[in-house]
Amino acid sequence: MSWVSSNLGVIAASALAHAALSAPTVVLSFVLSVPIGWLAHRYRLTRGTLLAVAGVLYAIPSIPLFVILPIVIGTSARSPLNVVIALTLYGIALMVRSSADAFDAVERDVVDSATAVGFAGMQRFFRVELPLAGPVLLAGLRVVSVSTVSLVTVSGVLGIPSLGLLFTDGFQRGITEEILAGIVATVVLALLFDVLLVLAGRVLMPWARATARRAPRARTREARA
Amino acid sequence: MIEFRHVSKRYPDGTSAVEDFSVVIPSRETTVLVGSSGCGKTTLLRMINRMVDPSSGSVAIDGEDVAHVDPVRLRRRIGYVMQNSGLLPHRKVIDNIATVPMLNGVPRAQARARALELMDTVGLDRSLADRYPAQLSGGQQQRVGVARGLAVDPNILLMDEPFGAVDPIVRADLQRELLRLQRDLGKTVVFVTHDIDEAFLLGHQVVILQKGGVVAQRGTPREILARPANEFVASFIGADRGKRALRVARADGVDVVVDGDGRPAGVLVGTEEDAAAGGPGS
Ligand SMILES: Nc1ncnc2c1ncn2[C@@H]1O[C@H](COP(=O)(O)OP(=O)(O)OP(=O)(O)O)[C@@H](O)[C@H]1O
Ligand SMILES: [Mg+2]
Repeated sequence: MSWVSSNLGVIAASALAHAALSAPTVVLSFVLSVPIGWLAHRYRLTRGTLLAVAGVLYAIPSIPLFVILPIVIGTSARSPLNVVIALTLYGIALMVRSSADAFDAVERDVVDSATAVGFAGMQRFFRVELPLAGPVLLAGLRVVSVSTVSLVTVSGVLGIPSLGLLFTDGFQRGITEEILAGIVATVVLALLFDVLLVLAGRVLMPWARATARRAPRARTREARA
Repeated sequence: MIEFRHVSKRYPDGTSAVEDFSVVIPSRETTVLVGSSGCGKTTLLRMINRMVDPSSGSVAIDGEDVAHVDPVRLRRRIGYVMQNSGLLPHRKVIDNIATVPMLNGVPRAQARARALELMDTVGLDRSLADRYPAQLSGGQQQRVGVARGLAVDPNILLMDEPFGAVDPIVRADLQRELLRLQRDLGKTVVFVTHDIDEAFLLGHQVVILQKGGVVAQRGTPREILARPANEFVASFIGADRGKRALRVARADGVDVVVDGDGRPAGVLVGTEEDAAAGGPGS
């Protein structure tokens, strides 16, 4: 434990940097994927194309992407922006399909009835479709979040501060404890992100749990009302 | 008054749902569109609030062609109740009822206060206000649906098989309640069902539809029962199966009314004229 105890500051700083790279990536993946997923859901003709293109993004190998991206977008090779953009592409690859599925899962009747009572297009999207797609969106986002936190470690290879640096440094200097610390800290961070997402889901979608439980009282005593 | 003038609807995939449909729906009465599945009832109903636009012909409300009215504004002044209530599962009962008034700009507090009153109107306990729709029984959900339909105090209420998914006892309850509401509120109700008994019970005017929105017969329940226009109507209302062909049989000195199979349907206590005159059966 000697390396860990004498390097707590380094671990904390790396974890913080790691989180700072992960959080915007997860948010961007979500914000960009939802409209694409909605389009795929809404227009059957675009569905195949959008899902295929999004899926192919995942097949791009990460290290070459990190090398090419700065050249394409004109950032410096060590810019954290490269990591965020590259990993957002992977996030989109996962999240677009989840988003399309999430909107597919919203009951057609409910959307129709929202239209029938006079929700205009955007109102209906933000107040009906999006919240009702929420549970499936959240499930997809949790996968994106875990995957992102894990993928951010690759940036260590580029010398960009993150928990990945603990691996590369540990390998170079042969400090097993440092490598293990990197792995454990990454897993803990991923779990932390996941817990935050689940909590956010509970706060934003209190109805989801109420609906899942289907209050037994309402089923029996008052079923005849 | 709602007027269908030579309305046809062909869906993009080529399905011809309605062809040359013309009917006048009088104000402050209940008109029931009844017919078997796929005959175009929902299509016709949704033409009134422009969820479906006719391929040809027009629909007019009080003489105004709805094609010239902004669909969203139109829908916000027409109540709509559908099967499985169509309630928003993520909003509490009270918010579901208050939704449309709030879309119309009514302040939240006022809309919620009105929603509570509407819960009384449709016979829902106010203690249910903070539940989510999934925490209610099917019958309760339909009541919320009706309350939501009434929330903007619309002149027109469109109901698409609203009681189709609840058990018979609850359905009878809801039907009675609707009759009472209609007596009190006098809305123009357009009601869709495939249940002829429900149509006869609720409708001032009943429109029996055949495939493709063809009007097989239109009239009051009495007119239709007295003179089915054709074989299709006779079969649809059950006249040919003896359910509607009742006979009087004498039993123990009382006139018992039996159906075509000889099953007792009731007891004959006199004529309607007797009842009006305060005679037997009044
Ligand atoms: N959006 C649509 N696209 C294509 N065809 C449709 C569409 N909506 C309805 N149809 C078709 O139009 C016909 C009439 O449908 P409609 O929903 O009006 O019938 P309905 O009388 O309400 O039936 P049900 O009692 O089953 O609700 C049916 O053949 C149906 O398949
Ligand atoms: Mg229908």
